[in-house]
Amino acid sequence: MLWYIGKRLLQLIPVFFGATFLIYFMVFALPGDPVAALYGDKQPSPQVIAEIRAQFNLDKPFIVQYLIYIGHLFQGNLGTTFSGIPVIDQLKQAFPITFRLSMLALLFEAVAGILVGLISGLRKGKIFDNSALVVSLLLISVPTFVVGFLLQFFLGIKWGLFAVTVSPEAPWGDLVLPAIVLATVSFAYIVRLTRASVSENMSADFVRTATAKGLPRRRVISVHILRNSLVPVVTYLGVDIGSLMVGAIVTEGIFNIQGVGGTVYKAIQLQQGPTVVSFVAVMVIIFMLANLLVDLLYALLDPRIRYAK
Amino acid sequence: MKITGKRLRPLFGAIAIVGAASMVLAGCSSSGGDSATKSAAAGDATAIISANGTEPQKPLIPSDTTETGGGRIVTQLFDGLVSYDAKGAIVNEVAKSITSDDQQNWDIKLNDDWTFTDGTKVTAESFTKAWAWAADLKNAQTASSFFANFKGYDGAKSSQLDLTVVSPTEFKVALLAPQADFPLSLGYSAFYPLPSSFYKDTKAFGQDPIGNGPYKLKSATAWKHNVGIDLVTNKDYAGSRKPVNGGLNFSFYTGLDSAYADAQAGNLDIDDTVPDANFATYQSDFPDHFSNSPAAIFQSFTIPSNLAHFKEDKEGKLRREAISLAIDRSQITKVIFQGTRTPAKDFTTPVIDGYSADVEGNDVLNYNKSKAVELWKEADAISPFTGTFTIAYNADGGHKGWVDAVTNGITNVLGIKAAGQSYPTFGGFRDDVAGGKTSGAFRSGWQADYPSLNDFLAPLYVTGASSNDGKYSSSEFDALVKKGSSQATVADANKIYQQAQTVLFQDLPAIPLWYSNEVGVWSTKVSNVKFGWDSTPLYYAVTKN
Repeated sequence: MLWYIGKRLLQLIPVFFGATFLIYFMVFALPGDPVAALYGDKQPSPQVIAEIRAQFNLDKPFIVQYLIYIGHLFQGNLGTTFSGIPVIDQLKQAFPITFRLSMLALLFEAVAGILVGLISGLRKGKIFDNSALVVSLLLISVPTFVVGFLLQFFLGIKWGLFAVTVSPEAPWGDLVLPAIVLATVSFAYIVRLTRASVSENMSADFVRTATAKGLPRRRVISVHILRNSLVPVVTYLGVDIGSLMVGAIVTEGIFNIQGVGGTVYKAIQLQQGPTVVSFVAVMVIIFMLANLLVDLLYALLDPRIRYAK
Repeated sequence: MKITGKRLRPLFGAIAIVGAASMVLAGCSSSGGDSATKSAAAGDATAIISANGTEPQKPLIPSDTTETGGGRIVTQLFDGLVSYDAKGAIVNEVAKSITSDDQQNWDIKLNDDWTFTDGTKVTAESFTKAWAWAADLKNAQTASSFFANFKGYDGAKSSQLDLTVVSPTEFKVALLAPQADFPLSLGYSAFYPLPSSFYKDTKAFGQDPIGNGPYKLKSATAWKHNVGIDLVTNKDYAGSRKPVNGGLNFSFYTGLDSAYADAQAGNLDIDDTVPDANFATYQSDFPDHFSNSPAAIFQSFTIPSNLAHFKEDKEGKLRREAISLAIDRSQITKVIFQGTRTPAKDFTTPVIDGYSADVEGNDVLNYNKSKAVELWKEADAISPFTGTFTIAYNADGGHKGWVDAVTNGITNVLGIKAAGQSYPTFGGFRDDVAGGKTSGAFRSGWQADYPSLNDFLAPLYVTGASSNDGKYSSSEFDALVKKGSSQATVADANKIYQQAQTVLFQDLPAIPLWYSNEVGVWSTKVSNVKFGWDSTPLYYAVTKN
């Protein structure tokens, strides 16, 4: 087990370098001069542009820029943005907020999704099941920004139940509404995944055996049906952590959350290599750790799964 | 100034990106509550006004601030020799007088009652040293080109500006060429004074600037990156923009929509960036609390002078005129922009002194189908047109709608193929425009740095000028601009500039389209919201009810 975890952690190293190199190259390959793009239709003199390019090493070839970045990285210096803010400060500002937001969203979609999916699966074809299917279909088909703007307008502006936008410290309370919006689509998928999985397991041999043994229904459902049904759901949740953390741009924009998605988006537009690469690198690590966690959870959920030495 | 066109939401300079985060201001909700206990009539002199902003792209050093986000803050923190009133006329601030006999050698006398917020006096050296520093290439200041007309300015190496300090309250400036509107330019942020403490640690200053303006930073850490900035009134302020409120709270928003939502919910007092999506509803959302009027922003598309069939010859001029006549400006501004653009009548903007809607030759801006067809035929007789007329634009700036409308209009009226040419990013668009690599016309826009006709003409159309991306060249126009600059008064100069515009109307180096409007809203908690010539609210005059 430990060997397995160690092996997985070691895999992080080549992936980290591969990802940073690729992303740095892609930012570098974007058309347009990042310094010129800082200014609008009126450009500063070519000499000033050259000076700024030199300051940010943009006048050097790609591989040199990348090595400078990596070199600084090992000294704990992730570089600065064009406005002089250290990238490390951006990371410290954005990740905790996005982390709280995605954890809330994950909690919401996991708890509500599994619960609704379980009931649906147990009562296949009944009213609850049918309405859950219709609602989840609706949530999947309506774009996030529609849900976002509607909830913001009615729950925030009209009725004043939730904060309209998120205040700078992004306390948990302010993040509830954005988290619900963020979780809607995944919630619908989890409902459907859980439902399908539960209804399949209902007719599985081990469930029939458990029932025949005379186990109470409660125990059959919680230990035998649910636990075995969670494997695909947990897989989905693991992948979803990644997309929740990066894919929140729309939600972040609506609720004015200074999170990871918006920061990376802006940095890509400004072609700020160090910011994009540093953020993506951290996200790659989070993504891989989340997947490692999921793989370990499999073993817990399904005793048939074991990891070779 | 630049308009990136990312959002036609400019202000100071380009908005390269509308970015940054923000927050709900804690201060505003509480001050709304206790205002009831105070006399409402005069407003509350301690009330904090909350307003939208964006994270400054550069440190808050005036000569390095040429975009909206930093610009709106820097103008609150500093006052230059002059400031601008709502109509764009200059008001003396630190300057007592700015005089010249030849419009080239200027004598500037200062009032001696101005201080920086660190207690040091504002003297002639506060200006001369700041200007010399800003013009010095090794400091890479984005506004350094504003010193290009100063004697001693050298874009290629360290400049030694010819500035003479006569006494602590007087200095002289020598220019390379006469410039009648020189005093008009002096209210721009590039010309703000700096205290001596600036040179000790310019980096720290950029985070915690010390100025002489109506407001100052609330504390050394008042600028919270991506969140906002808190300003309080400067008690020792000696100028004409005396604040009637207690301070300003700028929130940096990630997008225009969230700022608007906060304004709707009453969490934000002033939002001067109404998103396009709300153009149809802002008047009913904020009854009697909105403003929609032309800003100092001119929009056009430029047809490069070397474009086949559109060169500066008889054929080209006919075709340019036909294209211009084929555009129904009033319908496009009404339908596409919901009345938030004003059809252009000239090459400048209605908000500055000297503007005229009756410049000779501006009838080429009126929609005239039959004449357009006739002129196009005449041009075809010289050399038949084949191919597609394209207008390049950056897709990240919301330009697709009007480009499609304009090209469709051209197709319908002239019966030729016309289409937009989309660039994914502003950076890529700029590269091709500056490099002359576009295969047709391209979107162009201009926002004035200071309220002068000259600023809309010289940088864009004079031969070899910095932003003359269409490579237009007319000796007649060049001579008129030069002549205008050496007039004794701005009024005399403006008359010559109008003649220069007539030349532009004959040659049409760019096809004028419309002026962008400033569309802003404010909550019922504040009164006396007025917008300056530069489209930013005059924050100092805003009162809380």
